[in-house]
Amino acid sequence: MIPAAFDYVRPESLAEACEALADAGEDAKVLAGGQSLLPLLRLRLSFPSTLVDVGRLTELHDIRDGGDHVFIGAGATHYDVVRSPLVNAACPLVALAAATVADPAVRHRGTFGGALAHADPAGDLPAVAVALDCVFTARSANGEREIPAAEFFVDYLEPALAPDEILTGIRVPKLGPGWGYHYEKFHRTAQSWAIVGVAAAVRRSNGVVEEARIGLTNMGPTPLRARGVEDALRGAGIHPAAPDDGGADPIRDACGEAAAGSSPPSDLHAQPDYRRHLARALTHRAVRAAARA
Amino acid sequence: MPRITVTVDGVTYEEEVEPRLLLVHLLRDRLGRTGTPIGCDTTNCGACTVMLDGRSAKSCSVLAVQADGCDVLTIEGLAADGRLHPLQTAFHEEHALQCGYCTPGMIMAALDLLKEDPDPSEEAVREGLEGNLCRCTGYCNIVRAVRRGAQAMSGREVSAS
Repeated sequence: MIPAAFDYVRPESLAEACEALADAGEDAKVLAGGQSLLPLLRLRLSFPSTLVDVGRLTELHDIRDGGDHVFIGAGATHYDVVRSPLVNAACPLVALAAATVADPAVRHRGTFGGALAHADPAGDLPAVAVALDCVFTARSANGEREIPAAEFFVDYLEPALAPDEILTGIRVPKLGPGWGYHYEKFHRTAQSWAIVGVAAAVRRSNGVVEEARIGLTNMGPTPLRARGVEDALRGAGIHPAAPDDGGADPIRDACGEAAAGSSPPSDLHAQPDYRRHLARALTHRAVRAAARA
Repeated sequence: MPRITVTVDGVTYEEEVEPRLLLVHLLRDRLGRTGTPIGCDTTNCGACTVMLDGRSAKSCSVLAVQADGCDVLTIEGLAADGRLHPLQTAFHEEHALQCGYCTPGMIMAALDLLKEDPDPSEEAVREGLEGNLCRCTGYCNIVRAVRRGAQAMSGREVSAS
């Protein structure tokens, strides 16, 4: 379908973009790669009055080392993130998950910040952001502020951004040595959304899990942190091969509560009870893979 | 209305466009390049894939204004001097199509894949074409065609001709 008509502005700088967004009022939208927004426009599920195109603002494209964190500019594409040596070395979970977003053509244009600001709980990056306690930076004509990942995802497709704010970047904390990572995504067709996904970071030592961080994709209106599993995993012994015969497996036991506190959606792909089952099974797989068990 | 400049298959155009005009509509309706089909409304099928500044993009998910100043290569720009591109020949020889609707997008996505991986495994081809749907062939001949095309292209630069 042809999108409904809108005004279009392409500012030359971030400061200009903030002004343009403020001037355009609350029905304006920020356009970067457009890979989430354009399908919504074409399906006429979204009717912005104005699009403020920040796609060419190179100041938003930076991926840089911030010492204890990696700063990923909101305008960096998934392709940039997946190929970044810095991201792969310092926060590999981000690269692993970004590599599963949609398909290559979408990853060339879709931006890291855009996918997060879209706040789709079925997106792969929000769960990673909450698992790693990333910090979002947003700019408006009134200045810049920081938003912790735990507060960024307010509701379904609703980020904690004011109508006049532009997401400028994401700080991804470096977890340091000893951590392993895995993103486990379950979907029926190649480039579709995750029915459920699990982002796992695990620090192992002397054959046990010392610390774990678990984020869940598509288990509610926002990405979730599986704190109960994280607590239960502390000290869990890692066996070299997972016994599937019902024998003792502390990791599997710890993952049994992966769906606790979730409110998974019901749609044509899965009902809530199936998603709860997937959350448990995929968390188990993700933790074992992250622990290199 | 915004005025844009865009180069398509080596020809530069200046066009006044409504902001809501999609790149694929610019290509088809304004520039007459109907070799790039429209398959879906959900960025799923990949039939409209083109190269935008040297990387694959779904032209139904790009506004024409976003392509201002960019270089677009479509399926129609692949053949040179009346000779099919090696990937086109390989799709022909491996019978990698039935209805042919997905073929332009498949070939453009394959071209992008071969830029990164000039000799892809079967698995790499399947992964690289994950954004392109074919409802006829079952993909096997497409995968074979991409690998055959890759062989034919080896020895010369893997990029747009």
